[in-house]
Amino acid sequence: MRGKLSVLVGVAALVVAACGGGATATPAGGGGGDLSGTTVTVAGAFVDVEADRFAEAMKAFEDATGVTVKYSGDKSFEQQLNVQVEAGNPPDVALLPQPGGMKKYAADGKLFPLPEDIIASIDANYGPGWKEVGTADDGKTYGVFHRVNLKGLVFYPKAVWDAKGYTAPTTWDELKTLMDKMAADGTPPWCIGIESGAATGWAFTDWVEEAMLRTVGAEGYDKWVAGETPFTDASVKNAFQLVTDVWTNPQYVYGGVNYIVQTNFGEAPKAAFDDPPKCILTNQGNFITSFFPEAVQADLDNQVGVFNLPEVDAAIGTPAEVGGDQAVAFADRPEVWAFLKYLTTPEAGVTWQKAGGALFPYKTQDVSLYSSELDKAFAQSIVDASFVRFDGSDAMPAAVGSGTFWSEPIKLLTGSQDLDATLANIAASWPK
Amino acid sequence: MHQAAEAPPPRGIAQVLAAGVGRVVVSIFVPVVAFIVLWAGFLFLKDSGAPKIVIVVVAIVWGIGGVAMLYVVANWLVEKLPPVWSGRILPFVFVGPAIAILAFYLLVPAILTGWASLFDANGKEFVGLDNYVYSFTNPDMITAIRNNVLWLVFGTLFSTGLGLAIAVLVERSRLDRLAKTLIFLPMAISFVGASVIWRFVYSYQPEGQPQIGLLNAVLAAFGLGPVSWLTGEPLNTILLIVILIWGQVGFAMVIIGAALKGVPDEMLEAGRIDGATEWQVFRRLIVPSIWPTIVTVATTIAILTLKIYDIVTAMTGGNFNTQVIATLMWKQAFTFFDAGRGAALAIILLIAVTPVIWYNLRQFRGRAI
Repeated sequence: MRGKLSVLVGVAALVVAACGGGATATPAGGGGGDLSGTTVTVAGAFVDVEADRFAEAMKAFEDATGVTVKYSGDKSFEQQLNVQVEAGNPPDVALLPQPGGMKKYAADGKLFPLPEDIIASIDANYGPGWKEVGTADDGKTYGVFHRVNLKGLVFYPKAVWDAKGYTAPTTWDELKTLMDKMAADGTPPWCIGIESGAATGWAFTDWVEEAMLRTVGAEGYDKWVAGETPFTDASVKNAFQLVTDVWTNPQYVYGGVNYIVQTNFGEAPKAAFDDPPKCILTNQGNFITSFFPEAVQADLDNQVGVFNLPEVDAAIGTPAEVGGDQAVAFADRPEVWAFLKYLTTPEAGVTWQKAGGALFPYKTQDVSLYSSELDKAFAQSIVDASFVRFDGSDAMPAAVGSGTFWSEPIKLLTGSQDLDATLANIAASWPK
Repeated sequence: MHQAAEAPPPRGIAQVLAAGVGRVVVSIFVPVVAFIVLWAGFLFLKDSGAPKIVIVVVAIVWGIGGVAMLYVVANWLVEKLPPVWSGRILPFVFVGPAIAILAFYLLVPAILTGWASLFDANGKEFVGLDNYVYSFTNPDMITAIRNNVLWLVFGTLFSTGLGLAIAVLVERSRLDRLAKTLIFLPMAISFVGASVIWRFVYSYQPEGQPQIGLLNAVLAAFGLGPVSWLTGEPLNTILLIVILIWGQVGFAMVIIGAALKGVPDEMLEAGRIDGATEWQVFRRLIVPSIWPTIVTVATTIAILTLKIYDIVTAMTGGNFNTQVIATLMWKQAFTFFDAGRGAALAIILLIAVTPVIWYNLRQFRGRAI
């Protein structure tokens, strides 16, 4: 039933797209329904395999409308984009990972708000919360979510797991017991790497956010993200402590802190699949499976197991942290709107669902299309989720969320400053 | 053109007037036509939907032809003036466009940046010197300034010093060409490319694992544990400077080597006959002869080290306290969207480079005299 519905919505979107991009205020494009031969330029942060998968997912749109979707990916794309916007030649559509970036460009008047028909399509296809994250301070909606992430997932290699008879922990204390057991068995439990070019440090913020979600709950989390609870608050210190107690303990992490800070986040989990494994657990988003060794990716369901990072406080339980790129329009042309409308339909995710490595937020999506049992489980928890929160650092002001919250903990980890100094520095950098 | 110099034959007042008006009309007509042609070319380039190749060809013809036309027309106009005035104005016709372009692309942006540095993150509220106060009190900035000083001193000293030493030594070797080629090769590699190579030199793996980094592999061969080269300060900044030196020694060597060839052998021989040691010949004869070249090389590298950005970004992303002013400027301006602080850092960088450029220019002038 769900599958049929999604196909119907998809077809409807394609028909609308083919008819000229719906209700826009572009007089030049009005009346003419034929978009073939036009081009939509899209810029985003993902490259290589993920860029190929994105291109595949856009093919149905291109075939139906004749519009060419030209994607260019760059790991430092957010900085590039700012330069391009300042210079007056931005791409038509940018896939912004940070809601703060969307709000900033919207406030500067660089973005065009979504037309009515696309917002209607969002209401029809997304669960609660997604439209709000795509809405700027002026109350207008600018962003469309396509591929999203689910974070706070702990992956492990099934072979070792089963051989040693480990069981998934449901509380933080059980997790500690498990870590001690693994260390006693001679393998440090965690594989951690946070190197990521200009964005080095984000992997640490995810851990802290998950710790915050699990220790202060939804309301406390929102206050922290909004800046009402400063970083110097005891609750934040507690969450940091929870994370660094694991990270800085050489018994718990493969390679120690110097290895953590120099190892790419995508390289680190590979050590879990060495023979014998150098470490076992990887706490990451769902996307990390596409960084696993190829042999593992080919046999994901048999080789990889997963559990949610366990609860700390029984009263709060195990919430879900999601993230995702939102597509925003820097150009007001019919083909751009047709493209964004396509992104709001489950159809836009189908090929990537089948290929694996991506999750989609649509409540109308066909979960059974995902290629692996893992992905099906992730997607189902997104569809069913009631307590969902967006990545906190992405929503903080850039000076913190992609600045000191990334760079200051690195100094903490390498031992050049203590926890109180770290928190004070982050708090001091919060724009007044 | 020479009418003004010759005594004009007596003419009726009407004739004089007609000739004068005609000349003025022509003098106005020609520049107007030239302007219209240039403007039409500009409009075509701006709005045309013509194929790219046509636009490229038109742009080249328009650009080069336009400049030539401007010169010819301006020259023609000025030569119509009395000789005293044409002599005065002509230099400006030739230098003027260069100065105008320089002002438009360098001076105006520099002034605007200075102005922007006095405003807040969004460029809306005037904050006076707050951004500069921040720049000199923030601990990250103080570390960055320290690092820039390390880059300036060690980078310049070793690049130039090694370049000079190699140039002098290699000149006496039979393997002159080969050695120079090998040392010059890294010049062909961009700093980002060089950083990729050097990441493999400094790479760190936990103890007991195979070391893929050259330095740690050497340590392992001697039975020593691995060192995390890039995380320990201030050694990590020095190790990054080594990459710059590796890339720049070739440049220094080639330029200084060329200057060495110009030092007359007779002078050196005379010195040796007079009983000077080889060191004295080097110190008292060779170095003074090529001093302007050494200064030019050193200042070029000094400016490079002050604005160094790519090696740091590619190697450490500015983490582990390896940040320099340029990486912080980029972060402030393009990651944190803080236009004010970004501009302030740019101005600080500009001011830091100025004395070096000034010294370099003074040397140029000295040489001309």
